[in-house]
Amino acid sequence: MQKPKNAFKSFFIEVGELSYFAGRFFKEVFSRPFEFRELLRQCYNIGNKSILLVGVTGFIIGLVLTLQTRPTLEEFGAVSWMPSMVSISIIREIGPVIIALTFAGRIASGIGAELGSMKVTEQIDAMEVSGTNPFKFLVVTRILAATLMLPILVIFGDAVALYGSYIIENTKGDVSFVLYFNKVFKALEFSDIFPATIKTFFFGFAIGLVGCFKGYTCNKGTVGVGMAANSAVVYASMLLFVLDFIAVFVTDIFFEI
Amino acid sequence: MNQTENILESSKELQDRKLMLEIVDLRKSFGDNHVLNGFNLELYEGENLVIMGKSGSGKSVMIKCLVGLMPADSGTIKVMGKDITKLNRVELDDTRTDIGFLFQGNALYDSMTVRENLEFPLRRHKAKFGIIEDTTPLVMEALESVGLAHTINLMPSELSGGMQKRIALARALILKPKIILYDEPTSGLDPITSKEIIELMRRVQKQYKTSSLIITHDVDCARVVSERMILLVDGTNYAEGTFAELASSEEEQVKAFFK
Repeated sequence: MQKPKNAFKSFFIEVGELSYFAGRFFKEVFSRPFEFRELLRQCYNIGNKSILLVGVTGFIIGLVLTLQTRPTLEEFGAVSWMPSMVSISIIREIGPVIIALTFAGRIASGIGAELGSMKVTEQIDAMEVSGTNPFKFLVVTRILAATLMLPILVIFGDAVALYGSYIIENTKGDVSFVLYFNKVFKALEFSDIFPATIKTFFFGFAIGLVGCFKGYTCNKGTVGVGMAANSAVVYASMLLFVLDFIAVFVTDIFFEI
Repeated sequence: MNQTENILESSKELQDRKLMLEIVDLRKSFGDNHVLNGFNLELYEGENLVIMGKSGSGKSVMIKCLVGLMPADSGTIKVMGKDITKLNRVELDDTRTDIGFLFQGNALYDSMTVRENLEFPLRRHKAKFGIIEDTTPLVMEALESVGLAHTINLMPSELSGGMQKRIALARALILKPKIILYDEPTSGLDPITSKEIIELMRRVQKQYKTSSLIITHDVDCARVVSERMILLVDGTNYAEGTFAELASSEEEQVKAFFK
C-alpha cells in the first residue's frame, strides 16, 4: 500500500500529466491535417453506443422522481407544481449529472480499454511508424466526439425523462400531454437551460480526456488495460462532480439561481 | 584464402554499396539501467543484417530509437544520410515512408479489415505514388506478394498467427520501403510457419530489392537470411561477422548463442 505522502505526490504527478495531455490536445486540435472522417465515425460510435442507455436512464429518472415526489406534493396540495419542479430539477441538475455519469461508465471505460489495448499491442507505435500522428487520429477525435455528443445525449435524455414524468402524471392525475408540457415550458427559463447545456460540453470533454489519457498512457501489459478502463471511470466521475460544483458556482454568480 | 582475407573481401564489397542505415555510438538509459552503451551499425543497400542478442540486451530499444519511437540519449542515427534525431515531425514522417517495420506482435489494427490495415499508411503518403484515387491495386499487389489476396475483407481476428504475420509484412511493404526492419519475425510461430515466414522474407527482399535489418534470437532464421550478423551483448557490439564465422567461434559467449 502507498504511504499517504507518496499517494499525495503521485496524485499531483497524475494531475500534472493530465494537464500536459490536455495542453497537447489543444495544440493538436487546431493544426492540420484534420481527421474529419474519423471524427464523424467516433461521433457515430459514441452517440450510437450510448443512446439506448441514456434513453432508459432518462426515462427511469423521470418515473422515479415523479413517483417519489408526488406523495409529498399531494400532502401540501401542490401537485399542480409537479411539472415545474420535475422539469427544473431534471434540466438543471439531475439530467446532466446522471446522464454524464452513465456516459462516463460507458464511454470513458470503453476508450480507456480500447486505447490501452492498442498501446500494449504496439498498434499506436505502428500508426506512428506509418507516418500518421496517433494522438491526432485517436485522441483528438475521441475527445471532440465525446464533447459534442454528450450535450445532444443530455438533451435527448432530459426529454425522455420529462416524458417518463408525464406518463406518471397522466396515469395518476389525468394530466394531458399539452397541459403537462405547457407547464414545463412555462417553468423553464433561459438561466435553467443555457448553463446546464454549457456544462455538458465540459462534462463530455472531461470524460473523453480522462478516457484517452488513461488508455494512451497505459502500460503494464494486459493488467494495465483493465486498470486503465477502471481508473478512467473513477477519475472521470470524480472530475464530473468537481466540474459540476464549479459550473453551479459560476452560474450562481451570473444568473443568481 | 584464409578467414581474415574473407572478411576483408566481403567488407570491401559492402563498402562499394550505398549506405542505407548508420548508427554511431548510440546510448540509451532508463534511470540507472544502461540499455545501449555505444552501439554501432551499418546497413548497406540490398544487405540482410541480423542482430542477435539475449532478452534485455537492448535489441528492441535500438530498433525503436531507429524509427524515432524512442529518443536516444546520445549518438547518431542516419537513415539514407538523414540524421533522424535532428528531423522535425514532417521530415521524420517522410523518412519513415522509406522504412517498413514488422512488429514482433504484428500490431495489426484489430478494429479494421485487412484492406483498411493496408490502406492506413497510404492515407498520408499516397503522394509517393503520384495522384491516385483507388488504392485497391496497391493493396492487392502487397497482398499478392504475401500470397493472401483472398483475405482482403477479413478482420485480423479471423486470421491465424502466420497469416497475421504475413499481412503485417504486406502492410510494411505497401509504401514500397527501401529498408525493412523485422522485430523477431518468427517469434511465437510453429517451426513450419517460421520456415514459411523466413522464405517469404527472402522472396520479398528479391522482389522489392530492400535492405533488411532483422532482430532475432532464432538461430535457424539467422542462418537462412543473414549475410552479416552482429551479436549484441550489454548494449554493445560484442561480435560481428557472417553466420559461419560466428557459429564456428571458440569464444564461450558467442558459442552460447548457437547452442
